[in-house]
Amino acid sequence: MSAATLPPVAASPGYWAGVLTRFSREKLAIAAGIVILLIILAAIFADVIAPADPSKASMLRRLKPLGTPGYPLGSDELGRDMLSRLIFGARLSLFMGLVPVFIAFVIGSLIGISAGFFGGRFNTLVMRTVDIFYAFPSVLLAIALSGALGAGITNSILSLTIVFIPPIARIAESVTAQVRGMDYVDAARASGAGSWLIIRAQVVGNVIGPVFVYATSLISVAMILASGLSFLGLGVKPPTPEWGLMLNTLRTAIYVQPIVAVLPGAAIFITSIAFNILSDGLRSAMEVKS
Amino acid sequence: MHPAAHPHPDELKALAEKSRAVKLLPNADRGGPATPLLSVTGLTKHFPLARGAVVRAVDGVDFTVKKGETLGVVGESGCGKSTTARLIMQLLDQDAGEMLFDGELVGGLELPLKEYRRQAQMVFQDSYASLNPRMTIEASVAFGPQVHGLSKNNAITRARDLLAKVGLDPARFAGRYPHELSGGQRQRVNIARALALSPRLLILDESVSALDKSVEAQVLNLLLDLREAFDLTYVFISHDLNVVRFMSDRVMVMYLGEIVEIGPVETLYAAPAHPYTRALLAAMPSMDPDRRTEEAPLAGDPPNPINPPPGCRFHPRCPFAEALCCAVRPELSPVGEDGRQVACHINTPGARHSKAPPALEIIP
Repeated sequence: MSAATLPPVAASPGYWAGVLTRFSREKLAIAAGIVILLIILAAIFADVIAPADPSKASMLRRLKPLGTPGYPLGSDELGRDMLSRLIFGARLSLFMGLVPVFIAFVIGSLIGISAGFFGGRFNTLVMRTVDIFYAFPSVLLAIALSGALGAGITNSILSLTIVFIPPIARIAESVTAQVRGMDYVDAARASGAGSWLIIRAQVVGNVIGPVFVYATSLISVAMILASGLSFLGLGVKPPTPEWGLMLNTLRTAIYVQPIVAVLPGAAIFITSIAFNILSDGLRSAMEVKS
Repeated sequence: MHPAAHPHPDELKALAEKSRAVKLLPNADRGGPATPLLSVTGLTKHFPLARGAVVRAVDGVDFTVKKGETLGVVGESGCGKSTTARLIMQLLDQDAGEMLFDGELVGGLELPLKEYRRQAQMVFQDSYASLNPRMTIEASVAFGPQVHGLSKNNAITRARDLLAKVGLDPARFAGRYPHELSGGQRQRVNIARALALSPRLLILDESVSALDKSVEAQVLNLLLDLREAFDLTYVFISHDLNVVRFMSDRVMVMYLGEIVEIGPVETLYAAPAHPYTRALLAAMPSMDPDRRTEEAPLAGDPPNPINPPPGCRFHPRCPFAEALCCAVRPELSPVGEDGRQVACHINTPGARHSKAPPALEIIP
């Protein structure tokens, strides 16, 4: 060990250790995290825990209320078990919520940070291009892109990614522009560091927090947009269980069996609220100044 | 662990790294003691505004900083002190003018920018904004050496060493974050960070101005000690005339982006030659109640640097202004025996100002 020739260097607790300590004090965020974890686990082990086959229909047992024997959460308009469909639906809903936002988070942050850091004409060029996409209402843009690309899950994810890049890039750009003006960035430049090293070592850590929090708040939007695309026949197709699609196909049953009809909506609501609370807790945990 | 007779490979690596660490240090005096450490000529920075207007923040500034001295820079806010500091540090690109560092052109082939930035460092005014809130202070101090090729371990060791030198016990402070320190402690960290690259020139831009008086005195004494210990040269920028007098060997007075007077601190404070310097020094509160300032030495604010007045920029506020001052810009020229330079027609022999001394007789 080279430590033999060096004075003992006690490891100081890193930044992420501090984040973990502060996060452990956020009771509500931990609860939200547990909820998300349970939903994810349910989605992964859907085959094991779902009580019935999600696509087994029964014309006789349509739109049963909650608590019907064999149908703990009732049945849908084709007599399929709601609980099983909700559990299986979590797979696609989470996938459609998380994947586009994650890809858009990576690409949007890259665009926003470089535009914000280098500024000038480069910034104008990049951000005005982003603004063109941002000018369209997100639903309209998603539908237009999906329609142009063709139906299917991959194309839905692609179009949702394109929809989410502009807002993430804008947040990243404005936070980066603030950070760039800080003296510690000048100090890093004065110590001879090049632009990319400064971005990596000094800028990203201070920008990524707020952008990440914003991105997690988009997960719920992504889930809802994805279900909208499914409804229009541009995303998931029946009989595949997906919360948005289920909500849409059950909407005619709202007067017959209102509680069962809103269950997919409740699932979307709980998941997105949980993501928002979790991201809120993460933000305050990542905030160094108490 | 390894009771071998020859050094363990890891040890060799550490030794090699140590020698690399030492290689960061040499500060060969390349130009000799008589060469100024920093020689600035015609330094100019104009900030363009909308509709073609420009702020003439720094407008053709010439000065030198000798090896081992402290050059104080004073002036009202907006006179270009901080822009000058950022230009010296090359955080801003000058529009015109050049700088020689120990006889070598900054940014030239012999002294590339990265190497110059190792030898010149800066301490900023805002102690909090100049530290990354997400980095421990030892990581902030160690960042520069790592940029220049030191291994992380060596850089951290060096950082702790420097923290100890600026009076912060590394065992207690090294792992802390900037918000966990007081303003004075943070400014000590910033000083340690600036010293981490073993610079020869340290630019202190209002570095103690935000501290309260007792802490300010401690940091000033620390700076004086460090100057001795590390053989440093300071450019000390402040609006506090007493602090500048305490710290500096020579003083440079700036007004609206220009130098109006530059000279040794004691003689300049005792007998200011430029009317602006006189007014500035007269504005210093006196400790003697019988010598209290009865009337404001200067009226009004400095004119807008967007449209500086023609001729001498001080003429609208100068009690001795004459027609000549409104038309002709006075050059910075030597006055007296003490190496003073002043930009004022009154001090220029043969100028068409009623108070100017007669022209020197030129014997053909």
